[in-house]
Amino acid sequence: MSALDVNPAGHHGDEEELDHDTLHITVGGYVTGFVLSVVLTAIPFWLVMGKVFASSTVTTFVILGFAIAQIYVHMVFFLHMTSKAEGGWTWMSLIFTIVLVVIALSGSLWVMYHLKTNMTLPSPEEMRNMP
Amino acid sequence: MSENTGFAKLIFGRLTWEAIPLHEPILLATFIAVAVGGAAVLGLITYFRWWGTLWRDWVTSIDHKRLGIMYVVLGLVMLLRGFADAVMMRAQQAISFGDSMGYLPPHHYDQIFTAHGVIMIFFVAMPLVVGLMNFVVPLQIGARDVAFPFLNNFSFWMTASGAGLVMMSLFVGEFARTGWLAYPPLSGIIASPDVGVDYYIWGLQIAGVGTLLTGVNFIVTIVKMRAPGMDVMKMPIFTWTALCTNVLIVAAFPVLTAVLALLSLDRYVGTNFFTNDLGGNPMMYVNLIWIWGHPEVYILVLPAFGVFSEVVSTYCGKRLFGYASMVYATVVITILSYLVWLHHFFTMGSGASVNSFFGITTMIISIPTGAKIFNWLFTMYRGRIRYEPPMLWTIGFMVTFVIGGMTGVLTAVPPADFVLHNSLFLVAHFHNVIIGGVLFGLMAGITFWFPKAFGYRLDPFWGKCSFWFWLIGFYFAFMPLYALGLMGVTRRLSHFDDRALQIWFQVAAFGAFLIALGIACFLIQLVVSFMRREQLRDTTGDPWNGRTLEWSTSSPPPAYNFAFTPIVHDSDAWWDMKLRGHARPQSGFIPIHMPKNTPAGVILALLSAVCGFGLIWHMWPLAAGSFALLVVGTIVHTFNYDREYYLPADEVLRVEDARTRGLAAHG
Amino acid sequence: MADSTATLGPGRAGEAQAVRFYDSGEHHPENGTLLGFWIYLMSDSLVFASLFAVYGVLGRNYATGPSGAEIFQLPLVAVNTSLLLLSSITYGFAVIAMARKRVGGTLAWLAVTGLLGIGFVGIELHEFANLIREGNGPQRSAFLSSFFTLVGTHGLHVSFGIVWLVTLMWQVAGRGLIAANRRRLMCLSMFWHFLDVIWIGVFTFVYLMGTLP
Repeated sequence: MSALDVNPAGHHGDEEELDHDTLHITVGGYVTGFVLSVVLTAIPFWLVMGKVFASSTVTTFVILGFAIAQIYVHMVFFLHMTSKAEGGWTWMSLIFTIVLVVIALSGSLWVMYHLKTNMTLPSPEEMRNMP
Repeated sequence: MSENTGFAKLIFGRLTWEAIPLHEPILLATFIAVAVGGAAVLGLITYFRWWGTLWRDWVTSIDHKRLGIMYVVLGLVMLLRGFADAVMMRAQQAISFGDSMGYLPPHHYDQIFTAHGVIMIFFVAMPLVVGLMNFVVPLQIGARDVAFPFLNNFSFWMTASGAGLVMMSLFVGEFARTGWLAYPPLSGIIASPDVGVDYYIWGLQIAGVGTLLTGVNFIVTIVKMRAPGMDVMKMPIFTWTALCTNVLIVAAFPVLTAVLALLSLDRYVGTNFFTNDLGGNPMMYVNLIWIWGHPEVYILVLPAFGVFSEVVSTYCGKRLFGYASMVYATVVITILSYLVWLHHFFTMGSGASVNSFFGITTMIISIPTGAKIFNWLFTMYRGRIRYEPPMLWTIGFMVTFVIGGMTGVLTAVPPADFVLHNSLFLVAHFHNVIIGGVLFGLMAGITFWFPKAFGYRLDPFWGKCSFWFWLIGFYFAFMPLYALGLMGVTRRLSHFDDRALQIWFQVAAFGAFLIALGIACFLIQLVVSFMRREQLRDTTGDPWNGRTLEWSTSSPPPAYNFAFTPIVHDSDAWWDMKLRGHARPQSGFIPIHMPKNTPAGVILALLSAVCGFGLIWHMWPLAAGSFALLVVGTIVHTFNYDREYYLPADEVLRVEDARTRGLAAHG
Repeated sequence: MADSTATLGPGRAGEAQAVRFYDSGEHHPENGTLLGFWIYLMSDSLVFASLFAVYGVLGRNYATGPSGAEIFQLPLVAVNTSLLLLSSITYGFAVIAMARKRVGGTLAWLAVTGLLGIGFVGIELHEFANLIREGNGPQRSAFLSSFFTLVGTHGLHVSFGIVWLVTLMWQVAGRGLIAANRRRLMCLSMFWHFLDVIWIGVFTFVYLMGTLP
């Protein structure tokens, strides 16, 4: 399928002007992305519904890996994310956001885990057995 | 306590006549004063037939300069309210010892310290910062306006609507009594079933939408609309700090939005995010809100740092020392501000490993700020310093902020914080950095750019009076609090048993009185400057021999800012142009593409406020109806494709000719 | 043309034409709509990140209520996921039709996307209604509160996307594929794919991991 050049940031009034950010969109690209996504979705569902691994931990890490892979597929094939678009600013903002999300998520989980451990009232059993 | 029933309940929810606090003399007096003052203002506007101008040139304006001025006006008006709260607290704490209970019962006192914090952060500091960025940034980068002028107008009105809701809580219902961050379970529906926390939530959510959109707007503006030749390392430092501030806004405010939404779900729907039972965890609220809260304080202070950089280089007649290191320091602060949030709750119990990690990151973040102080000092060294008021504010900042920063590093040590958390030491610390840093920076910025906005300088005598009263008043008001905090006095108390402490509070009250004089001097300065505006007139557009592009325009600039977009070759672009003998174009103007004014922003924001009011008072039809109108109104607005027009070339010629004549007359 | 001798000062006319300080032409800055919308999406990611964090912290607090394994119907979730994934590719086909300047094709693929989106939201509402009817509403436990809020917020976003899609269809039908409408279609495209990315997180983190013991 021939590639189409889409000029999304079209200048007002100027229908024909070629802008800096030309996306190369193909039907093939979308179909590839779709097929990959279906596979990357079907496998995790199968792993969980079919109880394929005995260990929950292993399953968790595997499906998380598939999720990250599928997000990558979406970024490339559907969102046409490149490091060149918009002078690199979309890429930079994406990386920055990912860093912050990782900090907020992992930080919150780490902090809350410690808070829960330290600040949960012991049960009457544990209270009786305290030194 | 009467309750509505039946049809009245459907329409009025839980709003009854008892919501109006007729039995509170202070509120009643305030209401009468506001009503009289408000009527006077409305009367004056009617008498001078200013309604048309007000609507056309201000309310519906998408001009960043007008919006910037309106933000600053909003911030200054709210400063008066927030400061009134401060004075009331100081007065109460100066007299309420032993048997004397003071004049404010705890029920009222708690609302005052909550409102004081909420208003000062969200409706004074934020609007002032956003207002300065609005006015200055497009001019500094050689642009005609921001990337999304309509959104800019909408952002302002959303902020104003949020402020309006909070102010309304004075006269209809009451405000939250939870402190400015409204921790659950105190802010949950069981402990705070009344409207106060709901006013808090919706006021902040509405204003928050405005702020978030501003963040997006300014990032795109700075990235996309810089004049040709202005690469990022040639941008003015204020623009750099504005960029980082807006990145912080976009990255932090969504967390606040989410947290407040979860709190409102707990209150309205009965979910269990932050409740004590059914699996809720109030500590998660504290965690999330400080993930927002710490970047927030950098949102406030980075623009102030930017102002100081501009002021120091201008009034010392020297290029800023260490431009690149200033930029890196700002970017590093931006990123690090996301790694320190737990220092706000060391004592909540996360334990040694977590606390040490965040204690260390907190100490690290003070380093880039220290680097900036050195850069400013080195800029001043061997400069020809002019001690105009902005320069005084800057020197005051350097001393005061450093002290505040040091007490911050002190409390960054978790064991020390276990003693000092939630004491008056903490209160002194954050006022030290916010007043010394943010407020002094905003006063410097307002004074610095005032002539650009209005065409005449502010009277320097009254400016210096204001500065000295603020500076000395600050030390009298807050140094005693450090001592009290070290002695173990807790914050947010309205009564004390130990009479030995009273003298400290009386000194602090005296400090508040001096600050009040400082604010009065500022107000007098505004009036005197207006009256003496011909003597203080800025005839050239460049009253300070400035260095950046905003000083190349007339004062005030024309609606289109620049008749021709400047081409930039070096940082301190205007200084470069002056040095290399540029000539101002006087002919050959072309039509300029401009955005149209619009009423959509104020209408949608008012609808949001009505929706908020309905949600607060459980007036469900009102809330649902206004929300529906909001959605429909937004959709209708998107059908308007006709949002721009061309300013004809002869209009540009007329404006530029007037300036040419003015420059020739005054040189 | 404009007077671009607005470059050299009065006394330097003899020097070679050196520095230009003014752009004498009509300066048009690059359009920032797509970058702006992307940045808005980044901020929206942080809203979802907060909700994921809350789910991560409170997601095993079942109180007296059911756990994920007891209430999640994975086959239905698989159907939902397929609908959303399909809608992503159909939106892609709409963008291709737009690039080929075919109004009819664009509208047709948008309509299909919208219907798939309505199907997605419909199934989700059905799932919620059932849970509430069984007494497992969001008030029952912190786990259920986080579940309903995270999944519900995503569903709300999809619903707003559908409203936007219908509005855009109306606008494209009315004014054709003018530049402004093409920009809007690209913004909605980003929004729609972004929602599918978030859904990947939701079905992995909430449904699949929530079903695991």
